[in-house]
Amino acid sequence: MKILVCISHVPDTTTKIQFDAEGKALNKTGVTFIVCPYDEFALSRAAELKEKQGANVTILCVGKAEVDPTIRKAIAIVGDQAVRIDAEPLDAFYVAKQIAEYAKSQNFDLIMFGKESIDFNGSQVSGMVAELLDLPDVSFATSIDINGKTATLTREIDGGKEELTCDLPLVLSAQKGLAEWRIANVKGIMAARTKQIQVITPVDFPYYTTTTKLSQPPAKQGCIYLKPDETDKLVQILSEKGAI
Amino acid sequence: MAILVFAENVNGVFKKPTFEALSYATAIAKNLGTEVHAVCFGKVSDDQYKSLASYGASKIFVINHSSLSQFIGPAYASGIAAVAKQTQAQIIVIPQTYNGRAVAPRVAVKLDASMFSGVTSLVTKSSNGFEVQRSAYSLKAIENLSTNRDKLVITLKSNAYKLEKNEASGIVENFAFEPSAKDLALQPKQVIKASSKISLTEADIVVSAGRGLKGPENWGMVEELADLLGAATACSKPVADVHWRPHHEHVGQTGIQISPNLYIAIGISGAIQHLAGVSASKNIVVVNSDAEAPFFKAADIGIVGDAFQVVPALIESVKKYKTSH
Ligand SMILES: Cc1cc2nc3c(=O)[nH]c(=O)nc-3n(C[C@H](O)[C@H](O)[C@H](O)COP(=O)(O)OP(=O)(O)OC[C@H]3O[C@@H](n4cnc5c(N)ncnc54)[C@H](O)[C@@H]3O)c2cc1C
Ligand SMILES: Nc1ncnc2c1ncn2[C@@H]1O[C@H](COP(=O)(O)O)[C@@H](O)[C@H]1O
Repeated sequence: MKILVCISHVPDTTTKIQFDAEGKALNKTGVTFIVCPYDEFALSRAAELKEKQGANVTILCVGKAEVDPTIRKAIAIVGDQAVRIDAEPLDAFYVAKQIAEYAKSQNFDLIMFGKESIDFNGSQVSGMVAELLDLPDVSFATSIDINGKTATLTREIDGGKEELTCDLPLVLSAQKGLAEWRIANVKGIMAARTKQIQVITPVDFPYYTTTTKLSQPPAKQGCIYLKPDETDKLVQILSEKGAI
Repeated sequence: MAILVFAENVNGVFKKPTFEALSYATAIAKNLGTEVHAVCFGKVSDDQYKSLASYGASKIFVINHSSLSQFIGPAYASGIAAVAKQTQAQIIVIPQTYNGRAVAPRVAVKLDASMFSGVTSLVTKSSNGFEVQRSAYSLKAIENLSTNRDKLVITLKSNAYKLEKNEASGIVENFAFEPSAKDLALQPKQVIKASSKISLTEADIVVSAGRGLKGPENWGMVEELADLLGAATACSKPVADVHWRPHHEHVGQTGIQISPNLYIAIGISGAIQHLAGVSASKNIVVVNSDAEAPFFKAADIGIVGDAFQVVPALIESVKKYKTSH
């Protein structure tokens, strides 16, 4: 079985988000970058599938050389080879196009994504890649089991879960539950250090969208404090605010 | 040109996210001088169609196909795109539910459109093309995004646009659509309903609790408060990790992101990853025994106190309020 896991390179979850002078991009000074936590669910499930039933796993990231350390973090969890498409990932359609162009001749049985990147929060790339490759996709997958050529999956839906089956090849986006996060072991980290990252030139494609401004969300006015026995007053305030 | 809304039929009923999408689309249509259409899958009752009309749908395209009574993402995307092409829809508005988010990127590719997700503002049009605001960096930033393409797929964040009634003609039309074999490759088997009565993403009020509650046996008061308020229940990540509460209740950076009108956080410290899922809530009430808990910085109303005293008292106060209102 051939598996592709697409990862995004995102600011650590504890990062205080600040912008550059023009207010158009993240100020990267002092920011630690990580593999997107949702992509880690995909990586961890790929590692389990590899152990249980055998698989060859490719890691793919669209980004400039700055993402290489993040790719190595992913390889340390699982990864027989890694590919970087050498481009700025400024727009989901663009990223999807690059991934689809790479994947179309590779005959992957399973292409895995995170349910969303924690910087852009698009939930876009996986569905776009699936459509570009004319493959079925299961988004927000919380489980996948593979038996021969058929996969059984669970996906999150509003108010519950849905079970479904599908023949491979298949695209999925990982929701919490797909696997437990794995911590890379020493052997994995050592292997990741020396692994060659194949760098590919992007195909020509326009950016469909442009970020014109990034700003901080409006700050809270400040907290009104009530005493533990003032719950009647709390209800009254909430009622005045139209909150209940 | 028109604006097309994906009206999501949940067991024959349209819900708030669909009405929000219609209200939102109607406001844009007024600005751009066009009309709003809806597309839905499967027949529903006349009353249900009327509800779409009451929020501004002038035409309702019904795709009634025996294979599509259950949601199948790729096939629904094909159906929505087919309607959009035939009606030359320029903007497609999709509620940001799980199923809405599943279809939207495929629709965007089929129409070769730009896609904006998690949108929180009306679409404006200028010489730079279309522009919207959306939330990014897990609620830590607001992003203005523009596109000079002429077609747009939008997923509208829940609770980002208020419901507005706008009576429209709501003419129901059957739309002939035949899914391809590839569209039907996914085979839905069964839906397992969550035990909670109100789904988190559509809830107006969310009552949430964390490790401060000490153990799963103490959630009775949380559920009681939620029931009284007609609220959904939620929890912090560690609470779901140790199975005190089901995973689908976990909110935050790695859980569900919500923006209800009211979020009540009980015994939750307010870690940055938790706030990343809830800080866009309009009103935040925090109950925590530690006056230094970081959550108070993100709160509108705070009570420094023991949850085991405050919550039962709050339940009594809500009961009193309800009998007098
Ligand atoms: C990559 C990553 C992703 C993460 N994603 C998420 C996420 O999506 N969501 C999330 O929630 N967390 C997430 N976390 C975890 C997060 O960092 C915190 O550990 C977590 O939110 C803490 O949960 P808590 O507030 O319930 O528990 P604690 O931090 O233990 O806080 C318990 C609180 O209860 C209060 N308390 C104790 N007793 C009482 C009482 N009797 N009455 C009232 N208050 C009381 C305490 O003062 C304390 O503030 C993530 C962490 C990482 C590293
Ligand atoms: N630059 C990228 N390179 C490779 N994969 C990516 C990239 N950006 C996003 N992805 C994948 O697409 C998923 C969804 O991203 P998004 O659509 O931005 O929310 C992520 O969880 C990754 O799996």
